[in-house]
Amino acid sequence: MMRRFFDSDIWWSFTRSWVTIISAIVAAICIFGAVLSPWIAPHNPFDLTSIDLMDAFKPPAFSEGGDARFPLGTDNQGRDVLSAIMYGAQVSLLVGFAATLFAVLLGVTLGLLAGYLGGTVDALLMRIADIQLTFPSILVALLIDGIVRAALPREMHDQIALYVVIFAIGISEWPKFARTVRGSTLVERNKEYVLAARVIGLGQGAIMLRHVLPNVLGPVLVIGTLNLALAILAEATLSFLGVGVPPTQPSLGTLIRFGNDYLFSGEWWITIFPGLALIIMVLSVNLLGDWLRDALNPKLR
Amino acid sequence: MNSLLEVRNLRVEFPTRRGTLVALDDVSFAIEPGEVLGVVGESGAGKSMTGAAIIGLLEPPGRIAGGQILLEGRRIDNLPYEEMRRIRGRHIGAIFQDPLTTLNPLYTIGRQLVETITTHLPLNPAQARERAIEWLELVGIPAARDRIDAYPHQFSGGMRQRVVIALALCAEPKLIVADEPTTALDVSIQAQVIALLKRLAREKGTAMMLVTHDMGVIAETADRVAVMYAGRVAEIGPVREVVKHAKHPYSSGLMASIPPLDRRVDKLAAIDGSMPRLSAIPQGCAYNPRCPQVMERCRQQRPDLLPAGETRAACWLYAHD
Amino acid sequence: MFAFIISRLLQALPVMLVVSFISFAMFAYVGDPVAIMLGQDFTEEQRQALIRQLGLDQPFFVQFGTFLGNAVQGNFGISYRLSRPVAELIVERAPATLELAFTAAFLALAVGVPMGVYTGLYRNSWLSKFFLTFSLIGVSLPTFLIGILLILVFAVWLGWLPSFGRGEVVNIAGWTSGFFTWGGLKALVLPAVTLGLFQLTLIMRLVRAEMLEVLRTDYIKFARARGLPNRAVHFGHALKNTLVPVITIAGLQLGAIIAFAIVTETVFQWPGMGLLFIQSVGAADIPVMAAYLMLIALVFVVINLVVDLLYYAVDPRLRIGKSGGH
Repeated sequence: MMRRFFDSDIWWSFTRSWVTIISAIVAAICIFGAVLSPWIAPHNPFDLTSIDLMDAFKPPAFSEGGDARFPLGTDNQGRDVLSAIMYGAQVSLLVGFAATLFAVLLGVTLGLLAGYLGGTVDALLMRIADIQLTFPSILVALLIDGIVRAALPREMHDQIALYVVIFAIGISEWPKFARTVRGSTLVERNKEYVLAARVIGLGQGAIMLRHVLPNVLGPVLVIGTLNLALAILAEATLSFLGVGVPPTQPSLGTLIRFGNDYLFSGEWWITIFPGLALIIMVLSVNLLGDWLRDALNPKLR
Repeated sequence: MNSLLEVRNLRVEFPTRRGTLVALDDVSFAIEPGEVLGVVGESGAGKSMTGAAIIGLLEPPGRIAGGQILLEGRRIDNLPYEEMRRIRGRHIGAIFQDPLTTLNPLYTIGRQLVETITTHLPLNPAQARERAIEWLELVGIPAARDRIDAYPHQFSGGMRQRVVIALALCAEPKLIVADEPTTALDVSIQAQVIALLKRLAREKGTAMMLVTHDMGVIAETADRVAVMYAGRVAEIGPVREVVKHAKHPYSSGLMASIPPLDRRVDKLAAIDGSMPRLSAIPQGCAYNPRCPQVMERCRQQRPDLLPAGETRAACWLYAHD
Repeated sequence: MFAFIISRLLQALPVMLVVSFISFAMFAYVGDPVAIMLGQDFTEEQRQALIRQLGLDQPFFVQFGTFLGNAVQGNFGISYRLSRPVAELIVERAPATLELAFTAAFLALAVGVPMGVYTGLYRNSWLSKFFLTFSLIGVSLPTFLIGILLILVFAVWLGWLPSFGRGEVVNIAGWTSGFFTWGGLKALVLPAVTLGLFQLTLIMRLVRAEMLEVLRTDYIKFARARGLPNRAVHFGHALKNTLVPVITIAGLQLGAIIAFAIVTETVFQWPGMGLLFIQSVGAADIPVMAAYLMLIALVFVVINLVVDLLYYAVDPRLRIGKSGGH
C-alpha cells in the first residue's frame, strides 16, 4: 500500500513542486500550532491572572519599544497577539473543517440520492441546488445566521453560536458536492454491471455505493480541500461582521474585528498579524487544493 | 527539378517526464506536383503526426528533433512562426478529421471563407465574397449564394466537410494535407467526399497527402502509398504494387487483412500481437516481434528503406550485401 | 425574441415565489414582531389591536397574499430597529451600493478580461506567472482584509485617500451620487478596489482557463492551418468563443459583488444597503432582512435575464434553429 503510494503519479507530482511541498509544510505548521496552542503558546490569552493591563499596546518585539515576551506585540488588554492568533486559528480551523465535513456529508448523501432515485427527488434536489448556487454562499450563511439569531434569545444564541456558524457555512456549500456526486452516480447507474446486478436480483444500492464512492473520492477531495479554504474565509468574514463565533471564543476573524478599531491610532499589529496568519493558512490550503486538482486530473494540465 | 514536398529523415520527439518519446523516426518521402500520396497505418503509427509536422502545427511539447522538410526545395521546418503562417493555407492546405468541430460555430461560413481568402490573396472583401460563393458551388453546396451567410450548425456533417474542403482550397495551395477526411462521416457520404476531393485535386493540379486507415480509399484515390509502422515508414511505392505485391511483411499482413470484394472468405487474416507503444519500441526493426519472417539481423539492426522491386521497403529481406 | 424573454421571466417566477415565501416565513414566524413593536408598556387591548392591524389574526395564505401584495407595491413594513418604513430606508441607501457595485464590476471586467486573455495566450511568460501568483493571493485574501490593508497603506500611512464614508455627494432627483465630485470619487477608490479585486482575479482565472480550453479546439487549429494571422485567431476566433462562459460567470459575479458589498460597506462604513442589512442581522431586524432578501433575489433574476439575452446575441446556435442538411 505504502509502496504503491510512493510509486504513484500523485506522489511524483508532489515531489516535483516546491510550492506544493512548502504549502504542505506551512499547512502542517498551522494545524499543529493551532491544535497544540494550549501547550505551546507562550501565554494563555484567556487566563485573566496572567494578563497585565500595563502590558497593553506593546509593539512587536522586533520594532522599537517591543518586549521580548511578546514577539508580535500585545493588544489593548495586554494579551499576547501571537498566543491569541494560535488560539484563534484553532477556532477558525475547527469551524472550517467541521463546516466542510458537514457540507461533504450532506452533499454526497443528497447527490447519491438524487442520482440513484432520479425522478422527482432528483429534480427537486437539483432545483434547490440551482437556486442556492445562484446566491453567493456567504449571503446564504449570513441569512441562516440572521434567522437563528432572531429566533433564539440572546444568551442561548451565544452558547450555540459556534454550531450555528458551522451549520450555516456547511449548508451554504453542499450543492457543489451534490452536483459532482450526482453526475458520477448517473454515469455509474447506466453501466452494465449495475444492470447485470439488477438482472440477477442483487441490490443495486449497495453495488453502486461500492463503485460510485471510489469514483467520486478524487473530485470530492479536491472540492473539499478548496472548500476548506472557502469555509475558513467564510467564518472569518462572518466573525469580522460580528455575526460569527461568539466573542468568548475569538477566531482569527474576531481578532481582526477587534484590532480594526486600533488601526487608526497606529497599533496596526493587533489586526495585521491575525490577518497575515489567516492569509498564510488559506493560501497554503488553496495551493494544496490546486495541486491536488492538477495531480488527479492530468487532462487539465 | 525539385519535388513539391520532400521530407528527409524527419524525427519528432515528445519530451515527457519519463524520458523522451520518439514519435517519428527517420521518416523520408517525397510528393510530386499533382500527385496523391496515401499514408496508411494503424492508429498511433505516426500518420497524423507527419501531417502536423508538415504544416508546422505539432502539438507542444512535440517538436522536430531532426531531419528536414522542404517545399519546392526550400526548407520550411525551421521557419519563424510568421513565415510559416504565410505558407499555411496559401501553399499547404489542411483538412481535419471531424467537420463538426473544425468550423468555428460562432461565425458564418462566408466570413470564415472570406477571411481566409483575403489573408492570402490580393482581393478586396467584395471580390473575396464572390470567390467564396464560387468555391461553395465548386464543392457542391446547393444554393451557395443564399447559404453563404449560414452558420456551421445549419449544415449536415457531409456538407460541413465540403465547406472545410472549400476553406482548405480557397487560397489555391499546391499541396493539401488531408488527415482522415472521411472517418467521421456517414459511410454513405464518405465516397462522395472522397470523389469530390479527388476531382478538385485533379482539376486544380493540387497534390495531396491523404492520411487514412481505410485501404479502400487509398486504392481508389492514391498514386503512391506510404505504409507507416511505429513512427517509421515501412514501405513506400506505387499504390497498385503495394496493394497487390507488398514487399514488407507488415504491409503484406495489412493488405491481407482487407476483406476482398470479389470473393467470399471465411476468415480474415490478422496480424498477431499489436503495435508497440512509443516508449517500448524494440531494438532493430520495430516489427520484428510480430514478423513471421524474422531473422537474427532484424533484432539487432534497423533496416533503411531498400529497393524491393517497384517499391522500397525497410526490411532486411531485400538487403543484397 | 419576445417569446424568449417571456419564457425566461416565467422560469424566474418560481424562484421569486420561493424567496418571497422564505421572506414571509421569516417575517411572520421568527421572533415576535408584536412584542418588539409594542415595547415595554402595553395593554392587552393594544396588543390585540396591533395584531389585527398587522393582519396576524388572518389565515396563513391570506397573510402570505397580503405580504406579496404589499411587496409588489414596495411596502415591506416598518424597521424594528429604526422605526421607519423599510422601503424608505432601502431607497435612501440603494444609490450608494449600486454606484459601488457598478464601479467594482467595471474594474473587475475591464482589468480581469485582458489579464485573462494575456495569461491564456502567453502562458509561460514571466508576466503571466506574476499575474497568476497575484490571482492566487487574490482568491486567498478575504475581502475585509483587502480593505483593512488598503486602509492601512493608503489612508493611515500615506494619507492619500479617505478610509470611510462616501465623501461629498450630489443629489440628483433623489439619487445621491459620488461620481461628480472630486471628494466623492476619492472616497470611491478604496472600497471599489476592495470589492472588485476578488472578482477581478476570479474573472481573470476563468478567462484564462476558457482561453486555454478554446485554444485546444479543432477550429482554432484549423484557423491556424488556414494561415490566419495570430491576431485574427486569438481575438477573433478564440476570444469570442470564450465569451459564453465568461458572460455567465461574470453575471453571477455581479450578483456576488452586490452580496459582498455587505462586507466592503462594513469595512468602509459605506452608507449602503449592505451596511443596513448587516446592522439588521445584528439587531434581528426581520422586516429589513426580508426586504433585502427579496431585493437581492430580484437583482439576481434581472442579471440572469440579461445574461440570457447576451448569450442570445453571442451564440448563433441559440438564435437560429438548425435548418437541416441537404
